[in-house]
Amino acid sequence: MQLEMNGKHVHWATGGMVSEDADAPVLVLLHGAGMDGTIWQLQSRYLAHRGVKVMALDLPGHGASDGPVLENISDMADWVIAVLAAAGVKRAVIAGHSMGALIALQTAARALEYFSAVGLLGCAAEMPVHPDLIKAAEAGGALAPELVVDWGFGTPSHKGGHPQPGLWAMGAGVRLLMNADPGVLARDLVACDVYKDALAALGQITVPVHLISGDQDKMTPVKAAVPLLQSGAALTQTVLSKTGHMMMVERPREVAKMLLDLARTG
Amino acid sequence: MVAPKFYNFDTLSLHAGHTPDAETGSRAVPIYQTTSYMFESTDHAASLYNLEQPGHIYSRLSNPTVAVLEERMAALEGGVGAVATASGMAAIFLAIATLMDKGGHIVSSGSVYGGTHNLFSYTLPRFGIETTFVNPRDPDAFKAAIRPETRLVFGETLGNPGIEVMNLPAIADIAHDAGVPLMIDSTFTTPYLMNPFKFGADIVMHSLTKFCGGHGIAIGGCIVDSGAFDWEASGKFPTLTEPYEGYAGIDFAEEFGPQALCMRMRAEGMKDFGACLSPMNAFHILQGLETLPLRMTRHVENAIKVAAFLDAADEVESVNHPSIPSHPDHELAQQLIPKGAGAILSFRIKGGREAGRRFIERVELASHLANVGDAKTLVIHPGSTTHQQMSAEALEAAGIGENLIRVSVGIEDAGDIIADFKTALRASQRG
Repeated sequence: MQLEMNGKHVHWATGGMVSEDADAPVLVLLHGAGMDGTIWQLQSRYLAHRGVKVMALDLPGHGASDGPVLENISDMADWVIAVLAAAGVKRAVIAGHSMGALIALQTAARALEYFSAVGLLGCAAEMPVHPDLIKAAEAGGALAPELVVDWGFGTPSHKGGHPQPGLWAMGAGVRLLMNADPGVLARDLVACDVYKDALAALGQITVPVHLISGDQDKMTPVKAAVPLLQSGAALTQTVLSKTGHMMMVERPREVAKMLLDLARTG
Repeated sequence: MVAPKFYNFDTLSLHAGHTPDAETGSRAVPIYQTTSYMFESTDHAASLYNLEQPGHIYSRLSNPTVAVLEERMAALEGGVGAVATASGMAAIFLAIATLMDKGGHIVSSGSVYGGTHNLFSYTLPRFGIETTFVNPRDPDAFKAAIRPETRLVFGETLGNPGIEVMNLPAIADIAHDAGVPLMIDSTFTTPYLMNPFKFGADIVMHSLTKFCGGHGIAIGGCIVDSGAFDWEASGKFPTLTEPYEGYAGIDFAEEFGPQALCMRMRAEGMKDFGACLSPMNAFHILQGLETLPLRMTRHVENAIKVAAFLDAADEVESVNHPSIPSHPDHELAQQLIPKGAGAILSFRIKGGREAGRRFIERVELASHLANVGDAKTLVIHPGSTTHQQMSAEALEAAGIGENLIRVSVGIEDAGDIIADFKTALRASQRG
């Protein structure tokens, strides 16, 4: 699905089906740093064929959406709100992974009237990024994608066992990041690094928020989400076992079902 | 600077794609000798058929044992995924039939496996797909042969039977400039000796029957996709970028991104063409892959020794192996395949077709048969077997020659192989 906004092409995946029911829930999915909407490929079709209108967005400069890449989480949130307005969406559930989770928080806080629930996957109160990783991403090449994938997947995925027969998660993860335009990953990582408003944003959100964490997540460890849990917000958490930061790939069925519940109850 | 802590090649050869299941603890990869898989519910069944959830339906499409092999090959090649097939030829056909329709065109190295040559020359034209063969050592020839309807550039890492080293970086650039992918048959090099993706190839195929299995007991093949080719940007591959009515209108590139080709090959190719790999053969090939690094190291060590022996032998006119300094691709091989340019070599024996026949008759350790990549040394004399109907002139024109002998150097003691050849060479010269 696509639309033109301010002369720029905006693209999102629908999961191959768009419900004609005007009351069907809308679920906005936001990818993480350097990725695109295809990271939800193991959820989007499942959701779309269960009556959810999926908008797995490609952020500006990612996937099939025109650039330029936005520099910070705040601008990304404004862009999401503008896309929803342009698409005629009145009410939605918003969920994001990693950087996308920060955007989801910021977006919901800024335009709460749009949203009935928020999903956070692989999220922490802050997401400091190691300077070496940013430096590697700025330099280009395979090192930064490989570091992200190494740290992003739990130990089982390093050996394999992809739920989709024949696919190799580590290779696919590196390739997705390598296919991004030069500089995209670096800018996204910097945006994550400098964003410090997650707790403030969460404090403004009055709708249900569900956090999905992986017990082997090295990028947003479970303990790094404790401030979110202690914030007093209406936040619940599911911790997936033997799972890293890339839970949509590592535990696709569980994540799909949780997103479906979120979309339906939001 | 920190470095990623991925498992290394030798470890992946043993482990990639498999974790012992909690229920049985089976350390070996189980052979799931089953055609089909129980659905949890009608909803689950529908979701599997519609690619809404990952999982197995029917072993023509996927099988847990085969999936381990596929994932292992993808890991060893550094790809996003793989699809295993009943043979290497089935793998080539699967990729081509997925990528192009009637009217498509392939630019191929002229030095390819005979089965591939036949497919491209005679079978595919019946379906409206043409091929232009070019000299694998001439990148400009690849460029000149590309047409608007070209959809694939194809070659082998090491040509057959010429053992030409394909200049992958140069030919990959030519393919990409034309908006088409480069597909490479890497059977002779295996992922241990070379990862074609690192040199710009987009798709790799293997006859797993050969070195990957290594035992000569199971036929199989696979396609591995790098996920790097931008199907959308090319605009030449509607099978991947437009809705497929045969599968609920899926736009594979939009929904699966870098994994689009793998998903389409499975959803359409395995479903409709049906050339699936049996779980038993997948198991056998997995046993081979576990020792691939060890075997390939020995294969290339022995090949270098045997090539050097033949190069110095009085009964031999010439030897064709990139380890020989006079080989035209000796330097290129050192750049692209530094661990060793495979274990297939050919040589021309003095005394013509009859001497070739006598050499074959006299070897005792080497096996006379039509295969390569076995752990055992194999020999064949095309002039008296596979190509016996061809005249001396026709054989020369095909780059084979009536006195050419092809050797697949095994992992026996190199001294024993050389001793066997020494005896046979002497016998070959006694009319």
